[in-house]
Amino acid sequence: MELKFRRNTDYQDLSNEITPEKIFIDRRKLMAAGGMLGAGSILGALPACSEPQGAVAVPAGASNHPKDGAKLTAKKTAFAVAEGPTVEEAFTGYCNYYEFGTDKSDPARNAFLMKTSPWQVKVEGETDAPGNYAITDLVDYKNLEERVYRHRCVEAWSMVVPWIGVPLNSVIAKLKPKATAKYVQFETYHNVKEMIGARAPVLKWPYTEGLRMDEAMNDLTLMAVGAYGKALQKQNGAPLRTVIPWKYGFKATKSIVKIKFITAEPKTAWKQANGDEYGFYSNVNPKVDHPRWSQASERVIGGKGGFNERRNTDMFNGYEKQVAAMYAGMDLAKNY
Amino acid sequence: MAHSAFLRTFGKHWMKPVTLALLLAPFIYLAVLWIIMLNGGSTPMGWDPVKWTHHYLGDTAIRILLATLAVTPVRDITGWAPIALIRRRIGLAAFFYALLHMLAYLGLDRGWSLVKLWEDVVIRTYITLGMIALVLMVPLALTSTNGMIRRLGRKTWDRIHWLIYPLAILAVTHNMLMQKTLWQMQPTVHAAILAVLLGWRLVRWSVGKLKRPAEATA
Repeated sequence: MELKFRRNTDYQDLSNEITPEKIFIDRRKLMAAGGMLGAGSILGALPACSEPQGAVAVPAGASNHPKDGAKLTAKKTAFAVAEGPTVEEAFTGYCNYYEFGTDKSDPARNAFLMKTSPWQVKVEGETDAPGNYAITDLVDYKNLEERVYRHRCVEAWSMVVPWIGVPLNSVIAKLKPKATAKYVQFETYHNVKEMIGARAPVLKWPYTEGLRMDEAMNDLTLMAVGAYGKALQKQNGAPLRTVIPWKYGFKATKSIVKIKFITAEPKTAWKQANGDEYGFYSNVNPKVDHPRWSQASERVIGGKGGFNERRNTDMFNGYEKQVAAMYAGMDLAKNY
Repeated sequence: MAHSAFLRTFGKHWMKPVTLALLLAPFIYLAVLWIIMLNGGSTPMGWDPVKWTHHYLGDTAIRILLATLAVTPVRDITGWAPIALIRRRIGLAAFFYALLHMLAYLGLDRGWSLVKLWEDVVIRTYITLGMIALVLMVPLALTSTNGMIRRLGRKTWDRIHWLIYPLAILAVTHNMLMQKTLWQMQPTVHAAILAVLLGWRLVRWSVGKLKRPAEATA
């Protein structure tokens, strides 16, 4: 069965919204057949057609998460940054989310078409609990934490963001990875109808990123569902994204639809696009420059009227104490 | 004398003041944006005005440079000779914006540190190319007076100003090397326009028709 507008059945089931073409055509044929069949038999034929091969039933609870921008309650934590959070308008208005366009202002303009409910995540690979999970099965919305982290982009700018989420390790614990799982790969939602920027092959879609298992399990690594006291806006990766504060921003995965446990280092979107400039580790490091610009300092986004001053970049973005041990003995210039 | 210098800059041909105003407009616009921003207002520069300013100045410099290179083809194709009257000021404006582009990088990005700037010139290929292009513009700007043309003689002057071709290629390459992907289209468009402008000259030259009007060689 060829349903060209349903190429994303793996991720988000749109069958509730769009009448599959075949049903539409079948109905017309039946009508044309001349009223031999009553309305009842037409409706009776629907269920068979509306569940094409490969489609997965939406897990219960997939629509129960707070909608984009809805208020969230989260307990405060000790994770803080001295300067305090960046103004929220900068966080929601200045985004890198190439599926919605390459300009920083594109995502805020174009992301509204994306559907974030129901939301399910496919879990596969080296795990004892593969399957489709409702977002509410992965994230315990009753135990959300707020953590204020510095967010450092590889393009040498930074913000301070009050994220809301749960430690990624609490999510992974539910997914029962096998001992053979050495890495975890994340995949972003991909739908050219809803993501205008994904129509051009800017990167290899869908966007994929990955972490070493110990990085994923580190207490700092967050599975975020909100920021600034609200559920994530679409341009910031709603409804579910990773936050890895000691790495450059592109190591995070927005609007996650797949989590895969694997044995070997995964191919990641930017590494595939330009491996000389964007490595697998991409830890924030003022001493290892990007080939085209220095990483020693960064432009601070969100000053008065937008003016951005500079600050010196910290090793591991200021999280050296919590993460340096994971890279002991590694040549960080080689493993950039 | 003062009177005639004034006339040369602002008068004689309507195109001169109009071009001057057009060439200064981007600078005035940028200055207004910065005044608004520093007073806390929101501007099209958005949340990274330093980067925006830097790219704006660079793009403006390249586009005006391309406009300089378009003057001769336009004159030869349309036969409209007066357009050559504004070529000098367009070229000087390209230098003006290129210089501001470099100063904005030095000041806003490198904290006025010439040492850091020099490191960039040595390490980063695209900055090396951009800096060479800017340095090559200096002799062109300095010899852009009637007195210098007279002193140097048309032939030497032409030879110096031939540098615009390699420096334009360097400037556009510098621009292209900053793309994260080819899908950020502007540098690609700049390169395509440059290719047309240079290609046109190559065709004219190979056809053997690129002869200067008699009065210019005198």
